[in-house]
Amino acid sequence: MVQPVPAKPKKTDPAVVTPWNNLGRQLAHTLDEDELTNCMRCGFCLPACPTYRETGLEAASPRGRIALMKAAVDGWMTPDESFRNQMNFCLGCRACETACPADVRFGRLLEQSRAAIAEHAPITRYEKTMRHLFFQGLFPHRSRLRLVGALLALYQKSGLRWLVHRTGLARLLPPHLRQMDRVLPTASMQGVVERIGTHVPAHGKKRGRVGLLRGCIMDVAFADTNVNTARLLSAAGYEVVIPRSQTCCGALHAHSGEERQAHRLAKENIRTFREAGVDWVASNAGGCGAQLVEYSHLLQNEPKLAEDARWFAAHTRDISQLLAEGNPLPLRSVPKRVTYQHSCHLKNGMKVSQEPESLIRSIPDLTYMPLNKGEHCCGSAGIYNLTHPETSMHILDEKMNDVKETTADILVTTNPGCLLQMKLGIERSGLASHMQAVHLVDLLTESMEKGDDPHNQKEK
Amino acid sequence: MLNSEIKAQLVSVLGDAHVRDDVESRITHSYDATPLYQSMPDGVVFPSTTQEVQDVLRIASKHHIPIVGRGSGSNLSADTVPVAGGLVMVMTRMNQILEIDKENLTATVQPGVYTQTLHEAVEKEGLFYPPDPSSMKISTLGGNIAECSGGLRGLKYGTTKDYVLGLEAVLANGQVLRTGGKLYKDVAGYDLTKLLIGSEGTLAIITEATLKLIPLPESRRALVAHYHDLDAAARTVSAIISDRILPCTLEFMDRKTIQVVEDYARIGLPKEMEAILLVEQDGPLEVVERDMERIRHIAETTGATHVEVARTEADGAQVMAARRNALSALARLRPTLILEDATVPRSRIADMVREINRIADEYNLQICTFGHAGDGNLHPTFLTDARDTEEIERVEKAFADIFEAAIRFGGTITGEHGVGLAKAPFLEWKVGAAGITVMKGIKHAFDPQGILNPGKIFTDQPRLRKENM
Repeated sequence: MVQPVPAKPKKTDPAVVTPWNNLGRQLAHTLDEDELTNCMRCGFCLPACPTYRETGLEAASPRGRIALMKAAVDGWMTPDESFRNQMNFCLGCRACETACPADVRFGRLLEQSRAAIAEHAPITRYEKTMRHLFFQGLFPHRSRLRLVGALLALYQKSGLRWLVHRTGLARLLPPHLRQMDRVLPTASMQGVVERIGTHVPAHGKKRGRVGLLRGCIMDVAFADTNVNTARLLSAAGYEVVIPRSQTCCGALHAHSGEERQAHRLAKENIRTFREAGVDWVASNAGGCGAQLVEYSHLLQNEPKLAEDARWFAAHTRDISQLLAEGNPLPLRSVPKRVTYQHSCHLKNGMKVSQEPESLIRSIPDLTYMPLNKGEHCCGSAGIYNLTHPETSMHILDEKMNDVKETTADILVTTNPGCLLQMKLGIERSGLASHMQAVHLVDLLTESMEKGDDPHNQKEK
Repeated sequence: MLNSEIKAQLVSVLGDAHVRDDVESRITHSYDATPLYQSMPDGVVFPSTTQEVQDVLRIASKHHIPIVGRGSGSNLSADTVPVAGGLVMVMTRMNQILEIDKENLTATVQPGVYTQTLHEAVEKEGLFYPPDPSSMKISTLGGNIAECSGGLRGLKYGTTKDYVLGLEAVLANGQVLRTGGKLYKDVAGYDLTKLLIGSEGTLAIITEATLKLIPLPESRRALVAHYHDLDAAARTVSAIISDRILPCTLEFMDRKTIQVVEDYARIGLPKEMEAILLVEQDGPLEVVERDMERIRHIAETTGATHVEVARTEADGAQVMAARRNALSALARLRPTLILEDATVPRSRIADMVREINRIADEYNLQICTFGHAGDGNLHPTFLTDARDTEEIERVEKAFADIFEAAIRFGGTITGEHGVGLAKAPFLEWKVGAAGITVMKGIKHAFDPQGILNPGKIFTDQPRLRKENM
């Protein structure tokens, strides 16, 4: 009947100290053994996994990656270059978590693996420098991000971008980056706080006090969306506060194995929003929201902060949830065909999938066009489209085939990374003349402010 | 690792990318969905044509290399665990539906097609392929045929073996064997088609199958019945059948399963119930409505405390939600879940469930039982932890007792998962010494070297029955 697992292959001689051996030891120490055991290897995650669908290889599936982690922990193998590649090849979309009957938190296992890899696996000096530059030098620093934003805006507005594309200089870039440059929104020097201050009062029946996470990329590339978010919340009856001292949510850090940095940012945000005395913390980016709800897990071993972290995670909401529960928005006619592409982290991380769709459907005169495989990742996946351009673009092109089928005028998503990727997809598939990608918040704002008044009354 | 000469031969047939013997590939093909089993192969091959399968098998038989066919690795009897090492042959590149023949009502498929992909393709044409294993989203048709998969619709529609009309398969020596065809009647010699179905990869590698399709039922309705008393539920099952109604699904859940499902899904199941039955009927609307009414009446008169009929197909999905949530609910309770499939004649279900509960108490284990009441195919499900060796020993003992009880009630050790490694020690209990001798003879006729899935079905260490100890 049940036979014992065959004898393990001999472990590598621990006297030999290599970075890879150290990585194996670290994995054995930090990987959550319960999560590894919870995987019953049923394989239900396979069809949900973009990299498995892409390659057909078990090793590129969640079940396979867990088997590799477990093998490293149990001493069946010393992790090596292929182990690192396999962990980096994962998009981190967490569709496997939604498909998993046993509720294995693959995202956490992946982050634990990547943290160990970041700490121990050999790495080139260039890579080290770049990681340091982005994760410690840029994302956590608003002023520097804004400077980059300013330089980008200067490049975009001064005619330099036009020149680069005209003179063929752009051809020095790989094609997908060239297209990306064409669709990048105009960066902004002014974030949401600079435009509307740190406090927006509620309209109508008061629903509570909301602290808005402005995000790092969001506030440079999509500051308008942040402003619209605050206005929508206010219209739905929420008092909005946007604390100045908040920082980046740490999602990109956590996904890339920069664990300590992710911890530090989490602590700062918890402190900031606790002090702001809010009922809810609101996020308008699926990727950020999914990180915010992980704060309780992230800081579970911090005695002083654990309780605040639990409060924070339990009171984090996506903007669509708050709008769905708030006062009805005064929406007006938008006679367009609209489809919705899920943000993986919103759907699989925050478990929010109904609300955005219901909000879109609540707009008068709008025709909702369901997107086949809308729950499949678009391939943006944080910085995946920079680290794995080929796979990312292949996944995107597949996605665009389904998007084309919808014949929609507007493609809605709920995360800045996805939004850029969708803009890129529209550009790549030649749909730019009759389709645009927008954030859910911007569509709702358009309906509220600029929509056709069904009663022909011009709003002041 | 493969020896370099053999690897070179395989690469010359399949190309570099489709022969792998690196650690990563070997580890990720050392298991299937069966808990507690793992064993490393020497290499993994990914053929894409029947010709390539033939070439690989010729190389394997020349060098006596074990070959384990594999689809998605969703098997539950460790049939795709390479216990003797050798090559795992992954069939997922052969994933085309070659033809849907609307004149003969057949589908011709390659072995790597997902069961659900076929469902979707034929249902678009108004046709129906009934076998529906719970893993159909990922399980491959080749795997379904190798294991003779069942599913929820077995009572009315039968299982995989009732829908395979013809096969193309490659023998251990590389020869191609073709059986049956687009034929509902074919008695030319032994029925090799049926013989290969459920042969668990020990006789040949299936490379193509011709499947029988039927018209898609036009409507579907569901009802749920609650019971304070196990025997009342069993009486309902018997009365439905003896009243000559064959529902397309007739599912059962015991009290422990109900509690676990309710805690997880909160769909309003009564936790004080001993059992619930979920019944679904499909077919022409008037027949379905008449049957559902009769079943409701039968359930009420045989002792159901509450019966709820879904008014629409969508409501039916709600009613069946409990069954759909069963696996997820059970899987979240303890780290390791061992799903068994001891099967008894329909009339002995209540006896069997009671016996399972007695065995659970005797060994102090958590066993939840749900399954296909209509065909007696029960799933006693052990909730345990692979790391707790002492508990696993008790699980083993309980297994043996459950198989013994199933056979005592005129049942079998496996209804739809296969014998594989997990149940090989118990096979003789079911088929007897003569059965084993004949089966081994068949194995030898197909695979004299014993390279196809060695170590499965048969064992050198059969278990003694308690009464013979």
